[in-house]
Amino acid sequence: MSIIIHKNTKILVQGFTGKIGTFHAEEMIKYGSNIVGGVTPGKGGMTHLNLPVFNTVKEAVDQTGASTSILFVPPAFAADSAMEAADAGIKTCVAITDGIPSHDMVKIKRYMRRYSKDKKMGLVGPNCAGIISPGKSMLGIMPGHIYKEGKIGIVSRSGTLGYEAAQQLKDLDIGVSTSVGIGGDPINGSSFRDIIEKFESDDETIAVLMIGEIGGPQEVAAGQFAKENMNKPVIAYIAGLTAPKGRVMGHAGAIVSAYGESAVEKVELLKECGVTISKNPSVMGETVKQVLIDKNLN
Amino acid sequence: MDIHEYQAKKILSDFGVKIPTGGIVYSPENAENKAREIGGSKWVVKAQVHSGARGKAGGIIVCNSPLEVADATDKLLGKKLVTNQTGPEGKIINRIYIEEATDIKHELYLGLVFDRSSESIMVVASTEGGMSVEEISKEKPETIIRSKIEVAVGIQQFQAREIAFGLGIEPKLISRAANTIIGCYKAFSELDATMVEVNPLVVSQQDEIFALDCKMSFDNNAMFRRDEISELRDKTQENSNEVYASDRGMNYVSLDGNIGNIINGAGLAMASMDMIKLAGGEPANFLDVGGGATPEKIVKAFKLISMDKKVKVILINIFAGINRCDWVAEGIVQALDKIEISLPLVIRLAGTNVEKGNEILKKSKINYIEASTLEDAANKAVEALGN
Repeated sequence: MSIIIHKNTKILVQGFTGKIGTFHAEEMIKYGSNIVGGVTPGKGGMTHLNLPVFNTVKEAVDQTGASTSILFVPPAFAADSAMEAADAGIKTCVAITDGIPSHDMVKIKRYMRRYSKDKKMGLVGPNCAGIISPGKSMLGIMPGHIYKEGKIGIVSRSGTLGYEAAQQLKDLDIGVSTSVGIGGDPINGSSFRDIIEKFESDDETIAVLMIGEIGGPQEVAAGQFAKENMNKPVIAYIAGLTAPKGRVMGHAGAIVSAYGESAVEKVELLKECGVTISKNPSVMGETVKQVLIDKNLN
Repeated sequence: MDIHEYQAKKILSDFGVKIPTGGIVYSPENAENKAREIGGSKWVVKAQVHSGARGKAGGIIVCNSPLEVADATDKLLGKKLVTNQTGPEGKIINRIYIEEATDIKHELYLGLVFDRSSESIMVVASTEGGMSVEEISKEKPETIIRSKIEVAVGIQQFQAREIAFGLGIEPKLISRAANTIIGCYKAFSELDATMVEVNPLVVSQQDEIFALDCKMSFDNNAMFRRDEISELRDKTQENSNEVYASDRGMNYVSLDGNIGNIINGAGLAMASMDMIKLAGGEPANFLDVGGGATPEKIVKAFKLISMDKKVKVILINIFAGINRCDWVAEGIVQALDKIEISLPLVIRLAGTNVEKGNEILKKSKINYIEASTLEDAANKAVEALGN
């Protein structure tokens, strides 16, 4: 198995008929993802890319049985759409949208707490590349062909750095079970910890590559979780060694504001947790390969 | 986005926080009149720049007559204030705030931020006002009070009271102090702030509670619904290249080195900077042109990088996904047709159709150094510095 998305996962596209939604929906369909329809309020009843369009997520879920959605809604309306998905019984929602205000993210997360654990939606992102289970399903905006099918779980804040890692692994003939982009915002739906926990219980995944960066407590929290609860090896790269303190480096969340948030400090703290560090971004693939050899996981 | 002290104070006062009487001035004459208008016998002349630690840098002057106020204003206006937060180039003083002096009994610290671990709003307070929060957490961590606020219902009276009692405020001033804390919370939550810091918050000899200095930052992502806040942006306080970039939708941070970078994606940009450092060089900037590196974006990026006179080598690193390498390569060729770049150029393409992309570059008349991996690109950029 892969995590979160599989061959038959039924997917809805929120913000389906817009330019970006349309473009990426086509790419996902080409990859083989099971897109069952989309939602654009006011355009219900239409057919788009040969698929039904609905006015509300509830209606779409009722009629298609979709369990998963991907969100291309502009920042001003994205929080509303994510809460609508949560309320309609969507199990996983990937928010691609870049630029959602932090106050809105806090609100979404607070809203989602009203559901019991088994009914609660998993939100991934925002400001992320999405999720891919190579050879099975793509729920994101990544170039699908750079991911080889295999057994390494990838979780990354950055999109392009995640691609870089997938390409490096492919060049070494190493494949990926699932790759998850959790996004570059300060407050996000799923943390590194949430995702590596899923990889730990996935039969197919044998090791996890975590690609973090400066800012926030999530990498170190994941390292502590791995130390206490994981049997599978975790390999990490942390970007932003040269980033000055107090400056936002592109991603709204990439800012060092407290102890433990710089790249150097994160690397030290992760090492203490037994995580293997890729010493630079050019050797993420090689570092994974070496760990597989050392642990006899080939 | 940051705003000036006087702007932040105005906002807080709209939310019921008391501030000393004051006004903004743009000339010494103006300043003298403002001092007379405020009245009293002691004034504080405060340089308005986007930085803390202004006092130590000479940006805050206490005066005993309107004439002294005029002199102090004359001394500060148009100068660059260099604090330990501005970097050596300093920040220009274009506005002066004149304020009545306050007789201080106690100086306290009050800050509000997002807490990324609990994903809530956190109020941080301490009895050690006047020091930076970093200094307080290093030297007097035991004085720090933290209170997590449930965003769905907002701050409650009892929480504000607890903080006020924790700060050792006298019982008769508790409700005033609590209202001050609540006012700061409301400003934070209603205006999409990411930081409100009142330092110091003071209790005066006359038992008034004042926000004596204040800093506020706002979420850039929320500016689409905060016209009244975006109007407060003062571009003279920002690096001019960074303003040029942000006005054109690019993520750019100016740094001290001499290797200019054009990269797609924030993570990859940070990673490339790290590789440059590991290769023995120093990056001149962080620049993320965004996931889709369109020819238009590459042209803008070249223009931006060539505005930075420190740059001696340019490194382009594009991981092309859905926007294929051949298309990115054509963009680079087109861009270099439009602008002349005489600096050494290292180009690394990766991802979809990388062979085709490199072929297009080779066939063009661009003079460049081809690189294959991140490491190779950084090494070649550092080598090119020596040539």
